[in-house]
Amino acid sequence: MDILKVKNLKKIYHTKDSEILAVENFSLNLKQGEFVAIVGPSGCGKSTILGILCGLDKPSSGTIEIDKNLKFGYMLQGDNLFDWRNIYKNCLLGLELENKLTKENINYVNKLLDTYGLKDFKKAYPNNLSGGMRQRVSLIRTLATKPDILFLDEPFSALDYQTRLAVSDDVYKIIKKEKKSAIMVTHDLSEAISMADRVIVLSTRPSKIKNIYEIKLTNKSTPIQNRKAKEFAYYYDKIWKDIDHHV
Amino acid sequence: MSEEHRKYLKKIKTTNFLVRFFQILIITLFIILWQFAADHNLINTFIASSPKSIVNTILSLYKDGTLFHHLWITFYEVIISFLIGTVGGIIIATILWRFKFISRVIDPYLTILNSLPKVSLGPIIIIIAGASTNSIIIMALFISVIITIINVHQAFSSTDENKIRLLKSFKAKPYQIFFKLILPSNYQNLISTCKVNIGLVFIGVIMGEFLVSKAGVGYLIMYGSQVFNLNLVMTGIILLAIMASLMYYLITFIEKKLAK
Repeated sequence: MDILKVKNLKKIYHTKDSEILAVENFSLNLKQGEFVAIVGPSGCGKSTILGILCGLDKPSSGTIEIDKNLKFGYMLQGDNLFDWRNIYKNCLLGLELENKLTKENINYVNKLLDTYGLKDFKKAYPNNLSGGMRQRVSLIRTLATKPDILFLDEPFSALDYQTRLAVSDDVYKIIKKEKKSAIMVTHDLSEAISMADRVIVLSTRPSKIKNIYEIKLTNKSTPIQNRKAKEFAYYYDKIWKDIDHHV
Repeated sequence: MSEEHRKYLKKIKTTNFLVRFFQILIITLFIILWQFAADHNLINTFIASSPKSIVNTILSLYKDGTLFHHLWITFYEVIISFLIGTVGGIIIATILWRFKFISRVIDPYLTILNSLPKVSLGPIIIIIAGASTNSIIIMALFISVIITIINVHQAFSSTDENKIRLLKSFKAKPYQIFFKLILPSNYQNLISTCKVNIGLVFIGVIMGEFLVSKAGVGYLIMYGSQVFNLNLVMTGIILLAIMASLMYYLITFIEKKLAK
């Protein structure tokens, strides 16, 4: 069942001197529980698409069909934790804004913090946490409002390589365990292949869909394990060739 | 605790002590030299006064009961204009942050008002508000409020766009963005604005008292200079220095309290 249908999305940015066609003819259907990754050369308008999907930006044309009961959660580049709030308060931010600080929701946040290794850090401040932990807090903050679809905008780009592997593994497990659907934008091909069920490759600006790959790996499990699958290199090679690299 | 750590701690302590020691030494030496020079006619005490005569002047002001009256008047004017200037400035800056259109419209006027020497407004203010404390407060307000608006608006507008986007993704309303993000994330900026404002408001108040006043430390200085009582002028300056630094420490104290 498709929970999100995007059809012929188009976005034009206007500046004083010119107009820039950022995205053209972008269509996407998302199934319940599916993890889709969008990759493409930098500056091709990947983030623009997410911004439009969460309703922060308006498309120039095109339609987005979504069940009204479904909720979005948006994870931006970087963790954007508030330094003056402790971890617990950071996680409650979304609930506060939506006036949903019910006992049930607070218990849910506590449960998430306990489950994902942040039990002893509720009273700590973001500055005292490692990059990976901060990213987990950021995810819990997003999950707290119980979104059905997660939009991840290069969520790990601020992390060093090893942390990045570990955290993407973490985040993937959390998303799967909480049974969320997700669309992730990234420029890291291995990250996309190891995490997603489907990878959408975009062209340079104006972004059009260049190719779509259903990722079928033998013994598909966690992202780190997936990197060892024998099909991994095949997909990597294909997608690498799809993206025009001009250095 | 290891020997090395003990040494490290001791070194910090010694340095702190030495800093304090030299600070006190400088002021003590200065006072002693000043008094010495005055006693031996090395300086003209009629112009340069001396520590002893300053103390005597303070004592005589105290005895005839006017010392605290003058201090209070100046303190009152400073506090009132500081509070109105800072709070008003922040409120106006908030409005400008919220409505970018207004901010663009009044931008050149703010720039002009900011570069205009505010003393030049003195005569007009006195004619409109009368020769009273009101004029002095308005004067000090003018000096502090414009720069507060400019600085705070600048700080508010440079808040991390990504964090604003994050809040918007939770469907936050503008007032929520303001209270959950803009205000707390600019806490440090607001504190430093307060520190700058105390200084500016003092300038405004003393200037106002020079132009029009019946009491206050600025009045003491002005009066002293008119009757060629330089002791009184020096006393006024010393009192001002003490008041201004006390105010500054008061803000630092409040800052520390709030940080907890």
